[in-house]
Amino acid sequence: MACYLRPESTTEALKALASAPYTVLAGGTDFYPARVGQALTEPVLDISALDALRGITTSERGYRIGALTTWSELLHTELPPCFDGLQQAAREIGGVQIQNTGTVGGNLCNASPAADGIPNLLALDAEVELLSAHGSRRLPLASFVLGNRRTARRSDELLSALHIPAASTGGRSAFLKLGARRYLVISIVMVAVVVTRDQNGVLQDVRIAVGACSETAQRLPRLEQVLCGQRYSPALLQRISPPLLDPLHPIDDVRGSARYRLNAAITLLQRALRQLLETTP
Amino acid sequence: MSASKPASTVQTIQVNGQHYTVHAAPITPLATVLRDELGLYGTKIGCEAGDCGACTVLLDGAQVCACLLPLAQVGAKPVVTVEGLAEHGQLSLLQQAFLEHGAAQCGICTPGMLMAAHSLLCSNPQPDRQQVLDALGGVLCRCTGYLKIIEAVLAVAARSTPAQSEQPAAGQAVGARLAKVDGVAKVTGREIYAADQAPADSLWLRVVRSPHARAQFTVGDLAPVYQQFPGLVRIFSAADVPGNNGFGIYPHIKDQPVLADGIVRYRGDAVLALVGDKRSVTTLADEQLPITWQPEAPLLGLDAALDPAAGCVQADKPDNILIRGRLRKGDTESAFRDAAHQAEGVWQTSCVEHAYIEPEAGYARRVGDRLEIFVTTQAPYMDRDETAQVLGLEPTRIRIIPSACGGGFGGKLDISVQPLLGLAAWHLNRPVRCVYTRPESMRASTKRHPARIQARAACNADGSLCAFEFHGDFDTGAYASWGPTVADRVPIHCSGPYFIPNVRADSVAVLSNAPPSGAFRGFGVPQAALAHEALMDALAQQAGLDPLEFRLRNAIRAGQATASGQVLTASAGLAQCLEAVRPHWQKWRTEAERYNAHADNRRRGVGIGCMWYGCGNTSMSNPSTMRIGIDQAGKLTLYSGAVDIGQGANTILLQIAADALGVPAGQIRYIMGDTDLTADAGKSSASRQTLVSGRAAELAGMDLRQQILRLTNAGPSAQIELAGGTIRVLDGTREQHIDLTALAPLPGGDPGGDVLLGEGSFDPPTSALDENGQGAPYATYGFAAQIAEVEVDIDLGTVQVRRIVAAHDVGRAVNPTQVEGQIHGGIAQGLGLALMEDYIPGRTENLHDYLIPTAGDMPEIDVIIIEDPEPLGPFGAKGIGEPALVPTAPAILGAIQHATGVRIHQVPATPDRVLQALQATRE
Repeated sequence: MACYLRPESTTEALKALASAPYTVLAGGTDFYPARVGQALTEPVLDISALDALRGITTSERGYRIGALTTWSELLHTELPPCFDGLQQAAREIGGVQIQNTGTVGGNLCNASPAADGIPNLLALDAEVELLSAHGSRRLPLASFVLGNRRTARRSDELLSALHIPAASTGGRSAFLKLGARRYLVISIVMVAVVVTRDQNGVLQDVRIAVGACSETAQRLPRLEQVLCGQRYSPALLQRISPPLLDPLHPIDDVRGSARYRLNAAITLLQRALRQLLETTP
Repeated sequence: MSASKPASTVQTIQVNGQHYTVHAAPITPLATVLRDELGLYGTKIGCEAGDCGACTVLLDGAQVCACLLPLAQVGAKPVVTVEGLAEHGQLSLLQQAFLEHGAAQCGICTPGMLMAAHSLLCSNPQPDRQQVLDALGGVLCRCTGYLKIIEAVLAVAARSTPAQSEQPAAGQAVGARLAKVDGVAKVTGREIYAADQAPADSLWLRVVRSPHARAQFTVGDLAPVYQQFPGLVRIFSAADVPGNNGFGIYPHIKDQPVLADGIVRYRGDAVLALVGDKRSVTTLADEQLPITWQPEAPLLGLDAALDPAAGCVQADKPDNILIRGRLRKGDTESAFRDAAHQAEGVWQTSCVEHAYIEPEAGYARRVGDRLEIFVTTQAPYMDRDETAQVLGLEPTRIRIIPSACGGGFGGKLDISVQPLLGLAAWHLNRPVRCVYTRPESMRASTKRHPARIQARAACNADGSLCAFEFHGDFDTGAYASWGPTVADRVPIHCSGPYFIPNVRADSVAVLSNAPPSGAFRGFGVPQAALAHEALMDALAQQAGLDPLEFRLRNAIRAGQATASGQVLTASAGLAQCLEAVRPHWQKWRTEAERYNAHADNRRRGVGIGCMWYGCGNTSMSNPSTMRIGIDQAGKLTLYSGAVDIGQGANTILLQIAADALGVPAGQIRYIMGDTDLTADAGKSSASRQTLVSGRAAELAGMDLRQQILRLTNAGPSAQIELAGGTIRVLDGTREQHIDLTALAPLPGGDPGGDVLLGEGSFDPPTSALDENGQGAPYATYGFAAQIAEVEVDIDLGTVQVRRIVAAHDVGRAVNPTQVEGQIHGGIAQGLGLALMEDYIPGRTENLHDYLIPTAGDMPEIDVIIIEDPEPLGPFGAKGIGEPALVPTAPAILGAIQHATGVRIHQVPATPDRVLQALQATRE
């Protein structure tokens, strides 16, 4: 019988992880699909009973999203407008069944290039909190997700929470996802945008991330720079061009060609920005 | 707090208000626990990956996939499954609404749909349509097109009393909206599908399949494997097949090995069958087997397969041509020369997966010197004969018992688990079961033929069609399967439902290292329709005619000859279909143009597609025999060999038989498909069961009626009434009685202990085709016109189908609810074909990479039923199964063209392809 642990305290969980390699299971929505038709024989650490890892809290330092927070919980939590995009993404992750069990932390640890949760969190300057028997450390999300199904999590570590710094929680946000059908669709492209404007309508802070267009979702610093300090006009959106999408390296696959993805990313960025900026600040 | 729980194996869970002590590993998915430990088989397993939602249950009131939930996480949270919906044997309002609205077809997704809807209604008793869509969005259905499901949920929300279905009186069943006779079983989760039943001591069988599209292989010494896996009972290989190690639809082409013998021809070819306890056969990974592979460059795609230097897929087909089809009528060459207008083009279609939500499954057991196979199938008698020749047994020694079929669409016409289960059970003298995983189902099973079509058409100055030429290459994959059927059917249909004096058509079935292409709702006709409908649009434009009026002018009518020279004598209702959609057509076209005048990045357009479809086998005998018996207790039984694959054969055959006999349909029970208990009704394919088995059921009912009238010396208009063991026959004022208890059960051990038995057989009259494809290949044809409105996002290339009107000539709608359901479902599959479906071996072998439409993709659909009666059909009826799908994709592509000016020639019209085409015209 394979080893299956479901500890109720974080200390126990970390002790187990320090002692032997475990596959960490939270909502199970990525665990089982990767094992269809296979016997379930590997040692599993089920962290779903670690209540300390659940829920969204706020303090003067910002927001803390427990790694075990499900997408449905996130969707039904009252949050400021900078989280609108993340909540929109929560609606688009699988069906309601998946949203009810799949966790925010799991989406990050699974590190799919098309993970719907990641672009918004990048745009929110999220940091991940990793715990181990030796202590804890924090990493910017961009340093945590390293590649397709690769993260910086050591095998003795647990992703415990995400932190959104208070300084990044102003403004409004939007998320647009493009797929070839409605519901249950893996993104061809998705964009997340967070913007703040001063009282004169000048863009003060623009944070943009695009998913499914490279091995990991990417912030677009050059585009952010170009937009910052500008006032919205339709012409401004026309300045979004491929060179400004620099870190994106989309691939050709069944869902779309690289060229298509870049074009679509531009279109979606224009639409997301228009949606946020055409209304008064 | 407590210390970490060790790997516990005993847990108490609460399901449907009852507490159960469960002995299972904590990692076991709840779905497996419900089914295997608690016997609650209402929760279905379709993908084990959260892609289909068939396993949806409520956990603490919220919908979750039971496949993805470890037992350990259930804890004290209450679980509700489909079995928990009915109270005190009374269907819940939601279940009742599903039944009344025809929301269940095959029923395999029904439990998941019900639970998703139930979860919504618990938290929001009056949801709007969008909220219903959001709640159901995680459950896939391949049969219904979702609309009747959505209607049912909204009806509960609106608290409208269910009043859709009827309980018709004697003689009133045909034409009534009778609820499905197997509907209660489907909405309660009691229906037994192929994975839901097997003897408790069954061994498990797992098929080892080729990971390569083309390779040679050798199998080394298996002794160490047996040593390492003591639970492994036997590994079967090609050498173990006692009869012919080959199967195939055609008697003379048994080219697909049951187990490959040193050569594999597609990724998915069966290589070995592992039999043992479940754990052993799943734990043993393919890589642990001593198989040495020598991969070779596969021939993938038509160009590779047709390259003269390519080498061959099958040794006896050096040019990779399996078969050719041919039709010649008139003189196209001179007709093209003299024509006023001509149009031409090339079209390409993708490989399409059936994606029924029930994977292949079944069990076999030896009973004395016979073999019983319980299996999901569309063709029990073909299964029987095929398995017999593989095992070297007489067909009568094999009994096929069809399970409820969780979707087929042509994909369960070919055998799957049958011969392997038979082989293992026969050899080991133990019951053996097998359930394919979703990836295995997709890898192993047949597909719709990818096609490349070149065609041209011409008309006179007045818009009357004068000539049509067609060449279609169909990638038939590694083995013949139904390739010859496609090659035969396409030339007959490829010029569309129009009168054209000169037609020349060629089809080629090309072997390749793709999965075998087989039967899929339409046998190549949907692919051909993309070409003929595009050409109609192009010619209409050249001739300066409206596309609908152009089609109406050319619509084939009774009295005219088809491309194969068959003069239609009746039931050719295309013109009525076109006239029925015309008011919507004109209104929608105007609305779309008005919308576009003010639109920014969206364009609307309206397109039209027409089709015709021959019901039954092409120029081949395809008889059906139906029986109806009455026993001493007065119980009537319809013995139907026709498998209900969700299309509703159980219900409509009963409606027909009831009216022919003259009793209420509710008084007849049925037995379906069991080859020991029913006569051969042929396969559920080719849109033939309503026409062929329906006519046989009518004749059977009439036969029994005759016998009853004869016994009582009553006239033809007498009324028959059942009262326990007595039949009362009322003839005018005269009342006669038959005491059934006084009659002896029929000799020959008739299954039901019947004392009277009516029988009817029907074989639709056809004639052979000559070398020019001329003849009368079908007894009758279905006709349809559909119009579709789309909205195209011209910056992203996405296409949303907004609404469809579908007018179908079905001869007579035996059950209008079911006819509508077939049309909705056909449209959903046509939409998938047009916009999203593309099976790529090794890449889209699951239901998240392979996309089929969800509830959110469906347009509004208005179904208009045209009834131009078919004299040969039962009460005038003919088939609808395949016709429902054929015109949808052409209508959508026509609508995209109307919206944007661009005709898409390659499906699926993915956003990428549409945008490329738009950009090409802008440049």
